Amino acid sequence: MAEDKIELVVIGGSAGSLEALLEILPGLKKDFALPLVLVLHRKQSNDSILTDLLTARSSLKVKEIEEKESPRNGTLHIVPPDYHVLFEQDRSFSLDVSERVNYSRPSIDVVFQSAADVYQNSLACILLSGANADGTDGFRYVQKNGGITIAQSPESAEVSYMPEHAIIANVATHVMDIKSIISYLNTL
Amino acid sequence: MEISISNEELEQLLEDVLEIHGYDFTDYSRASLHRRVTRLMRLDNFPSFAELRFKIRDDASYLKRFVEEITVNVTEMFRDPDFYRVIKEQVFPQLFAKPFIRIWHAGCSTGEEVYSMSILLNEANLLHKSLIYATDLNPNVLEKAASGILPLSHMKQYSENYIAAGGQRDFSSYYTARYDRVIFNEDLRKKMVFATHNLVSDSSFNEFQLILCRNVMIYFDKDLQGKVLNLFDASLEKLGFLALGSKETLKFSSINPKFKQLERNKIWQKIK
Repeated sequence: MAEDKIELVVIGGSAGSLEALLEILPGLKKDFALPLVLVLHRKQSNDSILTDLLTARSSLKVKEIEEKESPRNGTLHIVPPDYHVLFEQDRSFSLDVSERVNYSRPSIDVVFQSAADVYQNSLACILLSGANADGTDGFRYVQKNGGITIAQSPESAEVSYMPEHAIIANVATHVMDIKSIISYLNTL
Repeated sequence: MEISISNEELEQLLEDVLEIHGYDFTDYSRASLHRRVTRLMRLDNFPSFAELRFKIRDDASYLKRFVEEITVNVTEMFRDPDFYRVIKEQVFPQLFAKPFIRIWHAGCSTGEEVYSMSILLNEANLLHKSLIYATDLNPNVLEKAASGILPLSHMKQYSENYIAAGGQRDFSSYYTARYDRVIFNEDLRKKMVFATHNLVSDSSFNEFQLILCRNVMIYFDKDLQGKVLNLFDASLEKLGFLALGSKETLKFSSINPKFKQLERNKIWQKIK
């Protein structure tokens, strides 16, 4: 099942996804080489608690996205609160404050779709726990462009609604529990 | 059926808009434009790119809508309340002694930040000697801004922002509600001047003590960002302030050495 040409992994999460992340990140191999982008629904705030917390739990470099930066290998790029993130053709990040999508800014759909436009079949997206329908349309678009979509198994999710929504819509390439997600990422 | 346009089609469209109508979006970030154009095609039911292109080439009245919809006009009152607190506590004290205060909101959209500023100036007893220039490239949004009318449903959030920004009064004393709308008080509006100004093509038109341009330059490429920052520099008097959005920075720009950042806030003072 190993996909040898994935060049970017985008993880989307909402309610209950932090717990999943705090299991996934420490499980990644020390030399995990790809760039990761994390889009989480969260309260608007300028604090660095999330960045600090995730830094403490992983060997990746963790930083909040600044405009016009490019994804870097071995780095977890966090989408800032209250902004959508889009990808330019040269793969650099653009920030955007346009309308909420699925009541959310950042919206997981928006980031998945924009990443798919640029990365096409070299993209893997993971949808974790949440109580929102965000991510399903994005998954559909990623698949259409040849990318891989992975939904957290509803049994393993603290809030099953979000991954289940994508699974029922038949847009998840794989359904995986946390352990399988970790081993999948470690094969990339 | 998912509507989509290619990168080449987008370039073609931008060329048309520049050539025929004189609006230059060629230095805007493409990812946002791409998303906005496909969104507009969905909203206005264009079955293909050819139809959209024809409409834009052929119908000057549609261009207004095009410009309004492909630029982002999402804004709110007292967005990032801490930002306004810093304006009040660190910028205003340096303006007290001025006989006259000129402020420029560049890319003001529908004006929510302009009204926020007017309220703050009023509470600091500075409004009477201030003039706020509010500009945007888009005449439609300026019309809305000048009307002072906003949806009543937004007032709860804005009132919370206002309190978080250190506002001391009853927020509802600044407007009159009627049905599902509110209109802001005339005395807040009488110190505002609304005018179209395109940051891409228009030049400096005055000297200001404070320029605000928040979440506008995130849609520009690096060259255009540099050009616009030079325009702001040329439009600020010495010791004047430049305020940007929470993810924007002067750090990598050529004007950076002339400015000093107010701690970690997105406000810079021109020191040279």
